[in-house]
Amino acid sequence: MTEPLLEVEGLTRHFAVKRGLVFSREAGVVRAVDGVSFRLERGETLALVGESGCGKSTTARLVLRLIEPTAGTVWFEGKDITAMTGEPLRALRKRLQIVFQDPFASLNPRMTVAEILEEPLIVHGIGDARSRRDRVAALLEQVGLAGYHAQRYPHEFSGGQRQRIGIARALAVEPSLIVCDEPVSALDVSVQAQVINLLKDLQRALGLSYLFIAHDLAVVKHMADRVAVMYLGQIVEIGPAAALFANPRHPYTRTLLAAIPRPDPHRTHVQAGATGDAPSPMNPPAGCRFHTRCPLAIDRCRTEMPVLTALGGGQSAACHRSAELPPLDADTAIGSAPAAERRLALYAARRAEALAGGGAR
Amino acid sequence: MAERPTIAADVTKPLLSIEGLRTVFRSSNGDVAAVDGVDLSIARGKTLGIVGESGCGKSVLSLSVMRLVPPPGRIATGRIVFDGNDLLGMPAAQMRAIRGRRIGMIFQEPMTSLNPVYTAGDQIVEAMRAHDPSASAAALRKRAVAALDRVRIPAPDRRFGEYPHQMSGGMRQRVMIAMALACEPDLIIADEPTTALDVTVQAQILDLLRALQRESGMAIVLITHDLGVVAEMADEIAVMYAGKVVERAPTPAIFDDPQHPYTLGLLGSIPRIETQTDRLLAIEGTVPPPFDPPPGCRFNPRCVFADDGCTAEMPALRPLGLDHIVACRRAPVEAT
Repeated sequence: MTEPLLEVEGLTRHFAVKRGLVFSREAGVVRAVDGVSFRLERGETLALVGESGCGKSTTARLVLRLIEPTAGTVWFEGKDITAMTGEPLRALRKRLQIVFQDPFASLNPRMTVAEILEEPLIVHGIGDARSRRDRVAALLEQVGLAGYHAQRYPHEFSGGQRQRIGIARALAVEPSLIVCDEPVSALDVSVQAQVINLLKDLQRALGLSYLFIAHDLAVVKHMADRVAVMYLGQIVEIGPAAALFANPRHPYTRTLLAAIPRPDPHRTHVQAGATGDAPSPMNPPAGCRFHTRCPLAIDRCRTEMPVLTALGGGQSAACHRSAELPPLDADTAIGSAPAAERRLALYAARRAEALAGGGAR
Repeated sequence: MAERPTIAADVTKPLLSIEGLRTVFRSSNGDVAAVDGVDLSIARGKTLGIVGESGCGKSVLSLSVMRLVPPPGRIATGRIVFDGNDLLGMPAAQMRAIRGRRIGMIFQEPMTSLNPVYTAGDQIVEAMRAHDPSASAAALRKRAVAALDRVRIPAPDRRFGEYPHQMSGGMRQRVMIAMALACEPDLIIADEPTTALDVTVQAQILDLLRALQRESGMAIVLITHDLGVVAEMADEIAVMYAGKVVERAPTPAIFDDPQHPYTLGLLGSIPRIETQTDRLLAIEGTVPPPFDPPPGCRFNPRCVFADDGCTAEMPALRPLGLDHIVACRRAPVEAT
């Protein structure tokens, strides 16, 4: 096995919370990320999932060296990048790119698309004016936009098109890893599907690795090879997507899965498993951090913090009662009705024809 | 609570019916229709799901029912009948007595819909006092605490005195629901009530809405882009596209017997947790801007089944199955 593209060990970031205006004093510490470790192979997609405040975006920013860790190490392409500075760090930025959630806030409204896409090339001193112009045209085509879009401004585009521009900008410097921070959650479903398809196509064509941050587990199931579930700054379960969705070994993962509303009116409704909200990361509960909401918590969970334990097949969970969890009821997809199946197949066939015929993008 | 106005509750008639509603916004290019000829109705105690993507007119539709369309928008034509009363014809004062009292509203963003400088309790009391000016402060407080308790907020007495910023997103949305339910309305319009929430909190809020509906028998108009949410909540679904209802049917029929190509596209676009597909059946292209609708069927530029006839004329809604209506010339798509 070759070395992984990215390896993160014991990554920790605490934020001091200050009170008072003049004589500010430290009132507490938010443990946004608290000892996170994972590996990401070349060409792989690792999803970080969890609810707001679980530390998934902070983890991504630590990996990108946009903020500094309190403790821990990040290796990228075999090098320890945790303390990298100066020219090596600048060169590193070419290899590590990000696609942001909000396609409206992440593009400069005063720049044309051509300028937006050319800027990273100029910053990194790649090519001359002519080759950069060619590169912009190639990038636009790669993300499904037309050459004449280059002279337009961001406000002339829809949300989905803007997200394509954001993706093209990340691709401009030919990175090996792209952090996708909720790249589709601001988009409508039909457009979300277009962008998901595009990200998968680009990964296949360019051999990209994605660190994919999302809260929508259905999107994650569709995108990711492996999934890490985070809760209050820690990874509570990690494993191959297929295994983790088929047989989640942490009650929190099961809670998340059960909570997803399914587009299937025949499915009997399951009551929400966990109750209440996640506690504040400033004052996380003792023992297992999930015990305050866990339906299976016992005394041990209230005092002793469980550690991530390998369970075979690449799956690990941090739960004292992981072994006792019953197999998950096979989430019987009652399956689409024949009429729906038939029409969706017809729709798929027509759509493939239209796309092959160079029809509407 | 003050004596409720006695209503001759005719259970056979729909609670709310919307006929030929057209809501337009004045612009430099003339009037632009955000809602363009919509007919809908909802019975007491039932849930109607309105599904569509941004710009389809679903939020303007709900504001129209409340007569809260902001200028330069206005309701151009149509009738909205609520419990036998024509809402569009009634004087503003009478409408105010219905708004909030008989028809409640829950908005998407609980952070911006609550006033940050008043406590949760004060805001609920304010809504109650508007409809019951003679009630004493103590009685209103008691009722507001009861309203917070009803939406399962722990320690409602303490929460009464808290400000919105002291609460989590889920808690704020519960306060919004408590406020909307404070006057025991017959109808709740919920515009993307769980979109801003985490999935576990969303499940709790949906459970809560279902339980409250069982307790009070209120009707719910649920506006959402999430087919999963309507599948779990709605009795009937209306799919909207570019200001029009393109398909309407009981919930199982929308999923088992989808007819309109747009409905098919939406169903194909959602990644499913139960199945593994390599590529999603995305709908290519984007929603047309309302000031520049395409000729004929509004969906035709994005439709894989469209032919020349689809650009010639706007298809009307026609029945295709029990209680199932569709606005598409090509439906059922396998017939051609």
